[in-house]
Amino acid sequence: MPAREAHPGEPIIELDGVNKWYGAFHVLRDVSLSVAKGEKIVICGPSGSGKSTLIRCINRLEEHQAGSIRVHGVPLDNDIKHIDAIRRDVGMVFQSFNLFPHLTVLENCTLAPVWVKKMPKSEAEALARRFLERVRIPEQADKYPGQLSGGQQQRVAIARALCMNPSIMLFDEPTSALDPEMVKEVLDVMVDLAEGGMTMLCVTHEMGFARRVADRIVFMDRGEIVEVAPPEQLFADPRNERTRLFLSQVLSH
Amino acid sequence: MDRPALPPPAALRSSPLHWVRRNLFSTWYNSLLTLLILAAAWTLVPGLAAWLVGHAVWSGDAAACRAEGAGACWAFVAEKWRFSLFGTYPVEQHWRPTLAMLLVVGLLLGSADRRLWGRPLLLLWPVVLLLAGLLMQGGVLGLETVPTYLWGGLPLTLGLSVVGLGLAFPLGVLLALGRTSAMPVFRALCTVYIELVRGVPLISILFMASVMIPLFLPQDVTVDKLLRAQIGLVLFAAAYLAEVVRGGLQAIPKGQVEAASALGLSYWQRTRMIVLPQALALVIPPLVNTFIGFFKDTSLVVIIGLLDLLGAAKSALTDPAWRGFYREAYLFVAVIYFIFCYALSRYSRHLEAQLSKGRRR
Repeated sequence: MPAREAHPGEPIIELDGVNKWYGAFHVLRDVSLSVAKGEKIVICGPSGSGKSTLIRCINRLEEHQAGSIRVHGVPLDNDIKHIDAIRRDVGMVFQSFNLFPHLTVLENCTLAPVWVKKMPKSEAEALARRFLERVRIPEQADKYPGQLSGGQQQRVAIARALCMNPSIMLFDEPTSALDPEMVKEVLDVMVDLAEGGMTMLCVTHEMGFARRVADRIVFMDRGEIVEVAPPEQLFADPRNERTRLFLSQVLSH
Repeated sequence: MDRPALPPPAALRSSPLHWVRRNLFSTWYNSLLTLLILAAAWTLVPGLAAWLVGHAVWSGDAAACRAEGAGACWAFVAEKWRFSLFGTYPVEQHWRPTLAMLLVVGLLLGSADRRLWGRPLLLLWPVVLLLAGLLMQGGVLGLETVPTYLWGGLPLTLGLSVVGLGLAFPLGVLLALGRTSAMPVFRALCTVYIELVRGVPLISILFMASVMIPLFLPQDVTVDKLLRAQIGLVLFAAAYLAEVVRGGLQAIPKGQVEAASALGLSYWQRTRMIVLPQALALVIPPLVNTFIGFFKDTSLVVIIGLLDLLGAAKSALTDPAWRGFYREAYLFVAVIYFIFCYALSRYSRHLEAQLSKGRRR
């Protein structure tokens, strides 16, 4: 299914009344959100508030049980063609990197272009080297993930996702598993990506990054969206008591 | 100012005497064990060496072996090695199973080299195995037909094992994938199959394959006895291999599958390129354990009247002229089994080392 070309400002992700349960536990409650092309959204909230589950629903790593999700106008339902079309267009970066340890850095990056997009191997390698350059680790191409530092691994994971030329990138706490001195090198790459016009949804506790990059911050608590506002407004004048409490805790040090 | 890094302290003096003291006499109980083992060797080794070599009878007839004070009767092996190796296969045609075995061993050696892994090698497997089978069977290119009930010895053991594992391994992988699948029907079917087959002894499966399958078939359809045994062995080994592979599948972090799914890879692409390569590398030791066990288990086909390597050697003992030399017969067979099993074991360790090179997290 060809993804429809979206113009700036037009919504490319539409969530409408999304609900999800883990057994009896109501993890997402009536979540509605519309993301425009090129928009950068930061999702924050206490742990267990459903932020990771929310973005994992967008590429069907988790299945929602009620409501609708549309990406580029394609409805996310049980039609495998729809899921494939959306996954091809949505890149994802995980907290624990999830690089393939039995493949080299270059092979990690070329795998999906070669097998999903049927790109010739030489072309995929050239593409991968270009993105490894962009995340500033071209010299590590022939190493195995286990030989790299956490920050380097996460940058490879970003390059791997970019090799599929996605129009949307999902980040699930990309810096939470990193040693403090490596957080910056990953955030720098993400800022660079944001400035390039990528549509981004990012679950993170890095409020400095949120302030600098986000168009809107989504605050979630107990499975629902409590407040959505541009960073300057949210930080200066949160409307909701729960937001206020959360921000006072994360910004206090 | 930076302090220079210091070299490690000079290694402690290491002489043979030092080694002996550190490894053999480090504590009083180590010393005691060392002395006990030396004493045991002192009493056992000379007698064993005399039997194996010193007083052994290398040639001649059974009478020479039965002489007072005679050691191992290698003359028996010299007389009967052909029958032990080839069973009842016609003697003047022995070059055919020999060539067939060389083909199969060549295939195994080729498959051991990781640089050759790929589609051509995969296609070569059925071709070589069919060729070896055809060579044994004959009936083409002017080769005299040798029916399977005359096959025996090492070619039979090797054939049952290699063909058996060659088919049981992919079947086992599929069963393991089925048992861990998200689809309840597949999962239930595979679980029932595995538990059922693992729950009965191999002997009963061989009996069933040999006795019961013909009962279910129409009168005029006959399935070759060797083929029935082979099917029984494959079905049995697949259940065991499935559980070994499942152990590997469960050790792969969920994040690996999620990352592959997020990239848009399909179920079979994820399984083939991400999950299985990692899972199988993890279970090489138990996998080889199962392979070796299976190789030796093929000797059970003797109970349905097939003469494998062990069966042929035992059968050689029934020659009235050579009755009683079972130690030599079993030793001869044991050495052959050991060579194959040890080679497989060494190879698996080599492969493990290769696959883990630079890949540990």
